[in-house]
Formats: sequence, structure tokens, C-alpha cells
Amino acid sequence: MFAYYLDLALRSLKRNKLLTVLMVLAIAIGIGASMTTLTVMHILSGDPLPGKSAHIFYPQVDPTPADWYNPRHPLEVMDDRSALDLWGAHRADRQALIVQSPVKVSAPGADRPPLMLTMLSTTSDFFPMFEVPFEYGAPWTPSEETGHARVAVISSDLNDKLFGGKNSVGKMLRLKDSDVRIVGVLKPWRPTPLFYDAEGGFTGNGYDTSYYAKPEDVFMPFQSALEVNDGNFFQMTCWGNGPSVPGHLQGSPCLWVGLWVELDSPAKVAGYRAFLKHYAEQQKTLGRFANADTRMLDLMRWLDHQQVIPKDVRLQTWLAFAFLAICLFNTVGLLLAKFLRRAGEIGVRRALGASRRAVFAQCLTEAGLIGFIGGVGGWLLTMVGLWLVRRQQTPYSDLVHMDAPMFFVTFVLAVAVSLLAGALPALRASRIAPALQLKTL
Amino acid sequence: MTLHPILAALKKHKAGVTLITLQIALTLAIVCNAVFIIGQRIDRINRPTGMDEHNLFLIVQLWVGAPTGDDAASVDKLDSLQRSDVATLRNLPDVESAIAINTTPLINSTWNNGIGLKPDQRDSTDQAAMYFGDEQMIPTLGLKLVAGRNFTASDVTHMGFQGHMKPPIVIVTRALADKLFPKGDALGKTIYVDRNTPSRIIGIVARLQVPSVESWANSWAWNSVLVPTRLDANYSRYVVRAKPGRLDAAMREAPKALYAANPMRVIRTGSNDDSSVHSFAEIRAHAYRADRGMAILMGVICVILLCVTGAGIVGLTSFWVGQRRKQIGIRRALGATRRDILRYFQTENLLIAGAGVVLGAILAVGLNLWLMQQFQMDRMSLLYVLVGVIVLLGLGQGAVFAPALRASRVSPVEATRSV
Repeated sequence: MFAYYLDLALRSLKRNKLLTVLMVLAIAIGIGASMTTLTVMHILSGDPLPGKSAHIFYPQVDPTPADWYNPRHPLEVMDDRSALDLWGAHRADRQALIVQSPVKVSAPGADRPPLMLTMLSTTSDFFPMFEVPFEYGAPWTPSEETGHARVAVISSDLNDKLFGGKNSVGKMLRLKDSDVRIVGVLKPWRPTPLFYDAEGGFTGNGYDTSYYAKPEDVFMPFQSALEVNDGNFFQMTCWGNGPSVPGHLQGSPCLWVGLWVELDSPAKVAGYRAFLKHYAEQQKTLGRFANADTRMLDLMRWLDHQQVIPKDVRLQTWLAFAFLAICLFNTVGLLLAKFLRRAGEIGVRRALGASRRAVFAQCLTEAGLIGFIGGVGGWLLTMVGLWLVRRQQTPYSDLVHMDAPMFFVTFVLAVAVSLLAGALPALRASRIAPALQLKTL
Repeated sequence: MTLHPILAALKKHKAGVTLITLQIALTLAIVCNAVFIIGQRIDRINRPTGMDEHNLFLIVQLWVGAPTGDDAASVDKLDSLQRSDVATLRNLPDVESAIAINTTPLINSTWNNGIGLKPDQRDSTDQAAMYFGDEQMIPTLGLKLVAGRNFTASDVTHMGFQGHMKPPIVIVTRALADKLFPKGDALGKTIYVDRNTPSRIIGIVARLQVPSVESWANSWAWNSVLVPTRLDANYSRYVVRAKPGRLDAAMREAPKALYAANPMRVIRTGSNDDSSVHSFAEIRAHAYRADRGMAILMGVICVILLCVTGAGIVGLTSFWVGQRRKQIGIRRALGATRRDILRYFQTENLLIAGAGVVLGAILAVGLNLWLMQQFQMDRMSLLYVLVGVIVLLGLGQGAVFAPALRASRVSPVEATRSV
């Protein structure tokens, strides 16, 4: 029966080519626009640690003084003392401190100008906690960390640049004025968004695209990095007179360190919340904190709180769906006109014994066929749209591609949209009274 | 002609009429807001920085093996490197003037300070971007001094990049001057850019944008302070004004001359993104690339939407004409002229489009309010809606014309057929 309906639908579509082209184009354009923006949204809003993000938390306390103007406490980062206190308590399954700084990098003996790169000062749990893949070597050990060892892990990009992609474990790297031994080289790693650095973009208010930048090129143990790159740390948020030595923030009244923790069970999460609250209360009693506010969001909620998805992208997505709605109205109107025009033909079929259901199915088959052809067109237009997005110079341009789920969604959306568009006209057509139509023949 | 028969006919096509009305309404709502967004983005893209950007270009360079700038001696060494570079640039035949400056508008690298009117003021009165350079800053950038005087060579000091600035004199923009001293008597007044060091305002420039074009800087986009201090770091930025018409030549010559004077540096030259020699036309295009992309996208959406809606009207009306051939024939046989039939369809479309634009105008304003709330957008002028209404009514009339003309050509003989 379906084959017969398909044949009828094809004949009907061929009968009025202009109208068919119009309907197919409307659906194709609507699908193309909405799938392009939806694909970008899908990529930007993805879970950077699938299956694990629910166990990753970002604890915050508020070390700012009472007389300090601060509309959004607790702020994104904390002072080093609070961060080291919380980290040193080892109450979480895993925990990592985070500080970024710009560093001058060169390979000793290499005949090339030094590079200015970003370094992440962190702790050894960072790598297993965030499932960072290693090409060569391994993270530094906790004993190297406590011993302030001059060791580093480098990105695959930097390894390609300085060492031609060969195993560089054991080789030396010059960071500012210190020689540092490479203990690990990462595989190409591009978490999207760059979730753990989300504290850096606090000024963005959803207009910042830096969350989609690449990870740092150099990773060093926290204390060693502070010594090696001393004087180069950003004093973004300070009060009082700021640090006594510029760029040397240890013990200064500045907010500059982030802390991530992994908590594997709800009981541990509750326990850590209580611990965090207790710490803030204790510091308030000691007179170091003016306010005992704390916050601890899991990874996905934290990204949402930080509004990592650029507002322009969200606006474009809304617009694209409004656009699809207009294309849908257009198709419904045209299908309605088309089916009702065939009232006579449908009347004859009904009189010859076709049930309402059969007429409905036949009309819906025609609508679905339009949707399928529109879907193919929409998929092609989506590829064009994504190509245009890639040509724009945004930090996320190189990430944008269509994956299998989005490919599937394109066709499901196209057929769903046209079945939806076909439902009302088909229903109206199936209600046509045969007698009335036959009379006018 | 009375409207009654048209309304009676429309009642028979409720579903079709509702759909086309809704489509027109949504199109109007989206097109108005999209055009409004385009207008806003274009305003942003074209807003002047206050600099005379013609013939101006920027060089960013990094010294290799330069001192760190941690102590006074190494700051002095950096300063002499920077001064000799500026001298090299100023001596080039195609160069009119050149300065070393910490940052420029449109490049998003910024040094901000809270500005107070009293020493050790707890909450600053306003905030501003700091521009550090010498007495050539105003002429090289092409700023307009509207009151007071420029810095002189003897005013200019230098300090390390991470030093504490204590400028005794500053020049501010008129926007900042008016915010700090609403009575307009800012010249000669004292402000505190460094909490407790008084700085006297010796001059006011008409306009100078802050370095950041991001939206977080929108509320203070014109608050700039010029400080007569050269900043010494292991990198430097030079703004160079080429002689009229000699921009390309100067952009080619400047890096060569700098390398010839001192090869221990990195200037990436070339046309790619890594290049560190850029004209301000390029810098402006780069700074507002996202806005331009958004404006183009909105424009494309508008055009396609109008086409889709127009095509929808053509399609639907064509069907109605086909459906009513017999009735049209009867009317013609009873004495209706071709013009009457044409009018009939035109009036019908006007009614439908009229209802659509009324609904659409309400939707457009509602959508704008929602965008204001969700995306901090401005209020849309009703002029956009008015123009949108006229455009859509015109589109409807244009789209209906061809099918209506076909209807008017239906012969009266049709009335007698297939009865």
C-alpha cells in the first residue's frame, strides 16, 4: 500500500512542479538554518567530560574584605591561602589547583626565537581527574610536587613545534630563566568548552568566546611554577595595596587561584559542602573572611552559571527556529490548498471505498516525501552553513563539524516537520464528504 | 466595492487564511528585529575611535634576550631599546610620526583603573583605560585636543611594566571629564588614578575609545586617560603614522628598518593572522568581525524570509484562483469587469496582510522586549515596525498581482462549463 501511496505522491508532486519546488525549498532552508545553529549549539554546549562531569565540582569561598565592592560574591577564584588550605585538607577523592600565567618558553639549543605561551600551574591529580590523554611519559608524581621539582608536561602542539613530534620525555625546556625537565607529552587534547579555565572569563557575561580556546601548552607543578615564573602572575582582582612585589601573589590580598575537586558519591558531596561551609565559618571567626558565603556547583551547572555559550550563538539559534516556524506555516498553507484542490479526486476515492484513514495516510505520505526531499536539501544547506561558520574567525571555528547524531537529527527534524505540516491538511482532506464532491462533477 | 463578499469567501478558507496571516505576522516580527540588530551592529562597526585611522598602523614586537624589567637598571635598558626603535621609525622617509604606546583602541588589551575624586576613595567614581606614551601621542594618533595643552617632552617619564604609576599630570577624554565634573570645569582639576597620588588634568581630548570593544566595556567605552609615561616591557607596541598615500610602503619598510637596527627581536611579518604589522583598517575589521558576521547573517535571513513569505502568498493565491475559476466566470458573465476581479484579489490580500501586520507589529514589539530582557538589547524605534508594515503590505500586493492578473483573464465562458 505504501508503495502505491508513494507512487501517487510522486505523480502529485510532478503535476505542479513550481509548487513542489517552493515547498521543498522552504523546508530545506528552514532545516538548513536551524540545523546549522543547532549543530554549533550542540558543539558549544557539549559535556566536556561525558560520564564524569556529575562528579566534578568547583568549590568557592569569599575572601574579600567587608568594605570591598563586590556585587557577585563569591567570586570565581580565591586567594592562595584559602585554596591551599582546602587543597591540603585532601577531603575530596581528587583535587587540583589551577592558575594560568604567560610564560616565555624556549628549547635550549634550538635555533628559534622564544615563544610566549600560557602555562597552567596545577597539581598532579589534574591529569587523571580530567582524563587528560598522554602520548609519552606520565604526570609528575606527588613526591616531585612536594619536592618543588622542576618538571613539566607539554601539549602535543608544543612538542610538534619544538621537537618535531618525537618523544621528548627527559628533554629540557627553558621556562623564563629556569631549565625544566619534560616528564610527559599530551596527545592532542581539546576539551570543549575549556571548562577548567572557566574562572578566567568572568568579565564576559555571555559575550566571551574564550571558553572555546585551546588548552595551555605547558603544565607545571603548582609550587614549582610559582617559583619559575615568579612575577608574571596576573593581579586581576586585588584589594588594599595589592601585592608588595608585582606579579608575586603568594600571600597577597588577591584572588587568583581556582580549585576543582572530584567527589564520587552523594555522601561525599554533602560531606565536602559541610567541610567548605565549616572552613568559611572558621575563617570568619578568625577574622580573615568577612563573609562565610560558599558555593559548590557541579561542572555542568558551573558552565551554565558562567554563561559559557556565547549569546550571539543563542540568539542565532532562537532566530533559526522562528525561521523554521515560518517555513512550516508556509508549507502547511500550501499543502492545505493543494489537498483541498483535489477534493473531487478524493471524493471519488472515498466513494469507491477508500476509508478516511487511507486518504489521511496517502496525504501524509505526500507530505513526508516533501519532507524527505527537503531534508536532503536541508542537510546540504547545513553543510554550506557550517562551512560559513568555519570561515568566521572565532575561537570555536575549527571545532564546528556535523557528527553522526546531528546528521540523524537533520532528517528526523525534516520529516517530523513536514509530517507536522501535513497532518492538518491531511486531516481536512480526509474529512471531505464524498457525496458533496460527486454532485459537482 | 463592498467588503462583504470577500469576508464571506475568506470564512470558507479559515485555515489557509489563519496560516498566511500568522506567517506574515511572524515574518514582520522577525524582519523588524533583525533589521534593528543589523542597524545596531553597523553603528558599532562604524563608530569612530577618536583616532585618525587613515595612514596609521601598529607594530607589535618582542625582544629576544632582553632584560626582565625587574630592577631599575634593566628597566632603563628596556627604555633605551624602545627609544632607539622609536627614533629609527621616526627617521624613515615614509613615516610622519611614530610613538611607543602600551595599547590602542580596538585591540582588546587593556589597563584599567578606577578613577577617584578624593584620595583613598573606597568606591571609585568611574573607571577608565590608561594609555601610556610620550608627548607625540596626540599628534600621532590624530586626537583632537579641545581644551588645555598637550604634554611636553619634559613631562614625560618612564617606568617598568609592573611599576606603580604616579602621574602628576594627565589628559582625559571629554566623556570622562564630563562624567567626573558634570559642570564642565574639569580642566585644572585633580583626580586620583592611583588611589592616593593626585593627578592634575592639563588637557581634554574630544574622543578616544578604550581598547576593548567587548560589551563589558560598553558603559565606559569613551573613558580614557593619557599618561605621559613610557612603559618599558620585554615587548613593545609602536603606532606609526605614514605620510599620506605611503601606508603600504611604510608598513613594508618599518619592520626591515627595525631588524636592521637591532636583529634581536621577533616581529612576525606577512599577511596571515600571526603577522604583527597591521594597518588600523585591518585591526578595525578584525575587532568587529563577529558583528559583521551577525549583520550579514541577519540580512540573509531577512531576504530569505521575505522571499519565502512572498512565494507562499503567490502559491496560496494561485490555488484560490484555480479553485474559484467557475465563480470568477459567473461574476464575469454577470458583468464584472477584469478590473473588478483584479481588485477583488488585491483587496482580499490587503485584508489578510493587514490583519497579519497588526498582529506582527505587536509580536515585533514583544520580541524586542524579550530580546531586551534576554540579550540586553536596546529598545527598538517604532519606525522599524512602521517601515516593516509598509514593506510587508507592499510584498503582499506584489505577490498577489500575478495570480490576480491570471484570475482577471478568466473568460466568462467558464461559467457555462462543467455545470
